[in-house]
Amino acid sequence: MEHKQPRPLSTVRAGEKVKLVSVNAGHGLNSRLASMGLLPNVEITVVNNTHPGPFVISVKDSKMMLGRGMAQKIMVV
Amino acid sequence: MKKITVALAGNPNSGKTSIFNMLTGARQHVGNYPGVTVEKKEGLCKYAGFEITFVDLPGTYSLTAYSIEELIARNFIIEEQPDVVVDIVDASNLERNLYLATQLIEMNVPLVLAFNMSDIAQRKGLLFDIEQLSRLLEAAIVPTVGNKGKGKLELLNAIVEAAQRDKQKRTHKVNYGSEIEEELARIEALVTEKEPKMAAKYGSRWLAIKLLEQDTDITAKVHNKEVLAPAAASIGHLKTIFAEEPEIIMADRRYGFISGACQETVKTTVESRHSKSDMIDSVVTNRVLGLPIFLLLMYLVFFLTFKMGEYPMGWLEQFFGWAAKTIAAFWPPGSESLFESLLVDGIIGGVGGVLVFLPNILLLFLAIAILEDSGYMARAAFIMDRIMHRIGLHGKSFIPMLIGFGCSVPAIMGARILENKRNRFTTIMVIPLMSCGAKLTIYALIIPAFFKEQWRGPVLWLIYLIGIAIAIICIKVLRLTVLKGETTPFVMELPPYRMPTLKSVCIHMWQRGWMYLRKAGTIILAISIILWAAMSWPKPGGHSLEGLSSDEVHKTKLEHSLVGRVGRAIEPALTPLGFDWKIGTALIGATAAKEVFVSQLGIVYAVGSSDEGSQTLRQKLQANYTPLTGFCVMLFCLIYAPCVATVVMTKRETNSWRWAMFQFFGLTALAYVLTFFVYQIGSLITG
Repeated sequence: MEHKQPRPLSTVRAGEKVKLVSVNAGHGLNSRLASMGLLPNVEITVVNNTHPGPFVISVKDSKMMLGRGMAQKIMVV
Repeated sequence: MKKITVALAGNPNSGKTSIFNMLTGARQHVGNYPGVTVEKKEGLCKYAGFEITFVDLPGTYSLTAYSIEELIARNFIIEEQPDVVVDIVDASNLERNLYLATQLIEMNVPLVLAFNMSDIAQRKGLLFDIEQLSRLLEAAIVPTVGNKGKGKLELLNAIVEAAQRDKQKRTHKVNYGSEIEEELARIEALVTEKEPKMAAKYGSRWLAIKLLEQDTDITAKVHNKEVLAPAAASIGHLKTIFAEEPEIIMADRRYGFISGACQETVKTTVESRHSKSDMIDSVVTNRVLGLPIFLLLMYLVFFLTFKMGEYPMGWLEQFFGWAAKTIAAFWPPGSESLFESLLVDGIIGGVGGVLVFLPNILLLFLAIAILEDSGYMARAAFIMDRIMHRIGLHGKSFIPMLIGFGCSVPAIMGARILENKRNRFTTIMVIPLMSCGAKLTIYALIIPAFFKEQWRGPVLWLIYLIGIAIAIICIKVLRLTVLKGETTPFVMELPPYRMPTLKSVCIHMWQRGWMYLRKAGTIILAISIILWAAMSWPKPGGHSLEGLSSDEVHKTKLEHSLVGRVGRAIEPALTPLGFDWKIGTALIGATAAKEVFVSQLGIVYAVGSSDEGSQTLRQKLQANYTPLTGFCVMLFCLIYAPCVATVVMTKRETNSWRWAMFQFFGLTALAYVLTFFVYQIGSLITG
């Protein structure tokens, strides 16, 4: 069975759907993201990934913008 | 009449404010939570024999201890024990919004859920089995459309009913899974035994949950080693099992609970793959088109405020001119009445100068309200973030700065949307560099006096741009020195585009415009009177006024007054900048409110009561100064000490006089140095 390696969310192209694995961040940020729906196993659709600049994703019916630094800390498959 | 308190909670962007407005109408009161700069909104409503006080809690996604808004919301519920808590939920975005509801359920409050934006949910094709869902969440659910006023009576009925019901024991709990539940039970028992008072106040299960989540606020409040040590052990144990902080697992389980509840009760009938919002966004946030569209919209905003504002401004000017004449007519001409002078020169002159700008400011706030309500502002913050990030700020910072072009006072207040303290303080410090409406009066006086027709537009633009450029430099410097630190990670929700309603736009416009008016009615009125006194005393002695025309009389009086004397005293410091004592007195006056600069200059040049449209004043200026000096005056006014109202607001929002004084003196010093160089170098060039 193929086992995908987690990669940073920032490498995901627009239109792709991925699943969150983990967040490499401090407590506060982790919790904030969690309360906004960014939890392990949640499905994330990347809406916009223009470089340089924020990242737009869709999670649970709502769209969010993340800074590039943030998107690099979120690991997905 | 029975009095009850109802707290309104909800996510940002859930339409909480429109529900609050719907329930309370005009009977609102805005204040501050003690000791912090978070706004506290209260409103009144009488219904079915109840007098209901609604408290609008800050919008939050959750009730952790990570942000001050969440702590305030949470503590309000625990300490003040409102009779009912209404959670306003964006029904078109249910799962994420219900996260907060699960936390409220765990706090065991009498809960009513308002499924707001139910019209959008319907359009999206969402169908709710309200009865089932209500049973699962053990809370009444009322569909509402806040910005259209729908659902008001049903909501009030649900609130009144919930208030009268006895506190029930909840049967449906979020089950955190056997491992966590085991630890929870252990800690719960410990808390009940070792801290009975806290258990009674907060609920022992809730305390246990918070302790496992490593909630900093509760952990500090419990501070009992006999409880905290076992709790830490539990946390360590769970971390080994899950390879993750218990807090994250618990968040996950909450969403699981929500997901489960929704799966049974929410049906989608229509599959909308490309919503309209996404289509608009593909153009608006497009890599190529995004910035030009943004610049075009900004241009339109300023065009609207400046061009269209001209007409009502003209009417107001005429009105104040008429008012001054009518009141002066009560006294015989040439009278020396102090009271007349107070009314005409002090009050009408001072306050009128501020009020004349009200149409301009309201139009700017109207445009901003439209941009915000439609959802475009979030996209604009996204587009600006690229640029803002390079100078060390957050994309959201641009919104208070935009407001600053109207008036610094609501702009500084608007900086609250920046969660990071360093970003917020930096933004607040440079907001006065966004030339506000009041500074515009100064430019409007000086530019036509010194520059030919075709140069006037460009020079005005230049001044605005210089302000922005200096702001950028100041931001960079501040971020490298006093306000050093990482920029916050950028996380911002993108709400779907909505058609702004006239009602909500007007309310938002008015909320900010009101601050401008209040500044006029209070601080400026007070300072105008003080200034007027400082301009009228000490009086010139004996016969020195004989034989002078009425305008010259004014001038002599000013020379002898306190303001005039201070102006003369600081003149040596002003000459290197190309200024004289007359400009000095105007600059002093302008610390009250920038508009005062113009009227002061009018008095000192003995042209009686004048405004920026006064031709005679312009002629006098032209005769007495060079265009270089004119430019330097504008440069100085652009940068130096912000008006009193701004200083007061800065103090409020930073909670410290030190920062307010830093802004005041820092900007003045910067103005002095820059104007010095410009004038000296300019004189060398112009010979």
